[in-house]
Amino acid sequence: MEGNSIRELKNTAVDLRKHVIDMIYKAQSGHPGGSLSVADFVTACYFQEMRVDPKNPKWEDRDRFILSKGHVCPAQYAALAMKGYFGMEVLDTLRKEGSMLQGHPDMKKCPGIDISTGSLGQGLACGVGMAIDGKRRGRDYRVYVAVGDGECQEGEIWEACQTANKYRLDNLIVFVDDNGLQLDGTTDEVMPNINLGHKFQAFGFDVYEIDGNDMEQVVAAIELAKTVKNGHPKCLFAHTVKGKGVSFMENECGWHGTAPNKEQYEQAMKELDSQYTAS
Amino acid sequence: MEEKKIATRDGFGEAIVELGKENPDIYVVDIDIGKSCKTGQFRKELPEQYLNVGIAEQNAAGVAAGLATCGRIPFVVTYAAFGSMRICEMIRQEICYPKLNVKIACSHGGVTPANDGASHQCIEDMGIMRTLPNMTVVMPADYVSAKALVKAAAAWDGPVYLRFTRDAVPVIYEEGETFEIGKAKELRGGNDVALIANGDTVRLALKAAEELEQKGIAARVLDMHTVKPLDREAVLDCIHTAKAIVTVEDHNIYNGLGSAVAELVSENSGARMRRIGIQDQFGQSAPYERLLEMNGITVENIVKQAEELLEQKNRG
Repeated sequence: MEGNSIRELKNTAVDLRKHVIDMIYKAQSGHPGGSLSVADFVTACYFQEMRVDPKNPKWEDRDRFILSKGHVCPAQYAALAMKGYFGMEVLDTLRKEGSMLQGHPDMKKCPGIDISTGSLGQGLACGVGMAIDGKRRGRDYRVYVAVGDGECQEGEIWEACQTANKYRLDNLIVFVDDNGLQLDGTTDEVMPNINLGHKFQAFGFDVYEIDGNDMEQVVAAIELAKTVKNGHPKCLFAHTVKGKGVSFMENECGWHGTAPNKEQYEQAMKELDSQYTAS
Repeated sequence: MEEKKIATRDGFGEAIVELGKENPDIYVVDIDIGKSCKTGQFRKELPEQYLNVGIAEQNAAGVAAGLATCGRIPFVVTYAAFGSMRICEMIRQEICYPKLNVKIACSHGGVTPANDGASHQCIEDMGIMRTLPNMTVVMPADYVSAKALVKAAAAWDGPVYLRFTRDAVPVIYEEGETFEIGKAKELRGGNDVALIANGDTVRLALKAAEELEQKGIAARVLDMHTVKPLDREAVLDCIHTAKAIVTVEDHNIYNGLGSAVAELVSENSGARMRRIGIQDQFGQSAPYERLLEMNGITVENIVKQAEELLEQKNRG
C-alpha cells in the first residue's frame, strides 16, 4: 500500500492512543499498558483492513473483531467512536454507571462489539465459532481476534486453535500481542510462554512474526494473511511494547491496570502529540 | 402390565434430529461423547449442522457462543458433570451474560450414571446453573417429556440447561402430551400433601401418592420439570391449599428443586416442608436404584415424610 496511507494510519494510531489515555484518566480506572500495545493492530483493522459498516453494526457480512484480552477495550472503544459507531462524547463515560462502555466489552450494550469478553482465554473460541459459520454459509467475512501472550497460558486458547485447524479456518486472523508482561510480572517470571509463535505453527497456523507496533509491518502481514487461502488459520505473532507511545509506561508492568494522575496524564498527552508525522 | 423404560437421553437424540431437519439453524456441538449422548443420528443425517470439537468442553461453549451470534441455535452436548462445572464460567461469560441462544444438553444427570461412579454422576448441576442470571434449567421426567421439552428449549429465546438420564426410566406420559417451560404438570390432584418432584424421581412421587391414597391421604403430584423459572403459581397453590410439601429430586438437597421450593415457602409462611434428595455426599459405583436408596430417595421415604408432615400439620 502507499506510504501516504501508512502515514495516515500512524497518525490515526496516535489519535487512538490519546483517546485511550484520556478515557482512562477521566475514568481513573482501566488498563493503559495493553491498550497501547494493541493500538496499532486495532487501528490497522478498523481504518484499513476490515469490512464494517458503523451504521449497520450487525451486518451479517461484516468482518468480526474480537478483543479476547477484553481488558484493553479502551483501544477498541476509541476506534469504534472514531469510526462513528457512537458519538465521541460517549468515550467520557468509560466504566461509569449506565455506560455502554463497560469495564470489559459488552456486546449487548455497545454497538460494534461482536462478543462480550473480559474473562481471558475465551474470545478465541467464540471467533472460531463465527469463522466456522462463515465457512459453512459461504460468506466471505473474516474474523480478527486479539489475544495476549499472557492469555495464551489459558488452556482454552489451545483447544480453540486445534478446532481452527480441524475446520480449516483461513478466514481467522489471530493477533498475538506479545508484549512480554502480565499483571504479576514478566511472562518469563510468571509462566514462560515457551516458543509461543512455534506453538501456533504446531497447531496448524500460518505464523507471521512481526513488530506489532510497526504500522507498515502490521498492515503488510494482514494483507498477506488475507490473501493466502490455503485452509490454514493465520497468526500474526506480534512483538509489541506494553505501554507503547508513553515513555514512562513502556515495558512497565505497573501500568497494566493503573490510571495516570494529572501530571502523568499531561506528560503522556504531550509525548503523544509529538508523535504525529507531517506529510 | 410391565413398565416401559427408556432413558431420557434417547428422547433428546430423537428430538434433536427432528428439530435439525425442520430448522437448518439447529446445530449440535459434540465433545467426543456424542455416541453416548445420542447424537449419532444427527451426525449421520445432518453433517452440515454438526461439529465435534474433541475433548475440549471450554472451547465447545465458546464455539457455540460464536455460532449463536451468527444466528444459529447450537446445542452443546455432553455429560452433566462437564456441562455444568467444567465449563461453568464459559457458560456464564459467553452464553448467559450476553444471553445468547445456546442450549447445554446433558446426559448422565443425577446418580443415573450409576456404575460409572462419582466422577460421572452429577448432583450439583441444577443448583449451579440456577444461580446464573438468564439461565433456564430443565429436567424432563421421562422419554416423552424429554422429546417435548427439547423442542420447547429450541423455541425458547436464550440459554437453557437440559438434563437427561443415562439409565432407562419409566415412561409416564402418553405420546402427544404437551409441555411448557416454566409450567409444572399436575399429575395427580390432592390437598392433604403436595409431592413436588422432577426428573427420574417423578415416578417415585407417583407411586408414593398411590400408597398414601391407600392410607386415606390425598397427595398432589407435580412434575416440576423446570427448576428455573420456577412455576411460582403452582408452588404457592401447594403452600396455600396443601400446607404440606415434600420435594423429591435426584440432586443434592442443596440448591436444587427442594431449595427453590423452600425459598418460596420461607417467603410465604403457612406450609411445612421436607426435602428428599442426595444427602450432600458423593456417590459410588452401584446400581442406580441402590444409590437412590442410600439417600432416602425412595417411595417408602416419601410416604414416611408425608405422613410425618401431616401429623405435625394436624397437631397445628
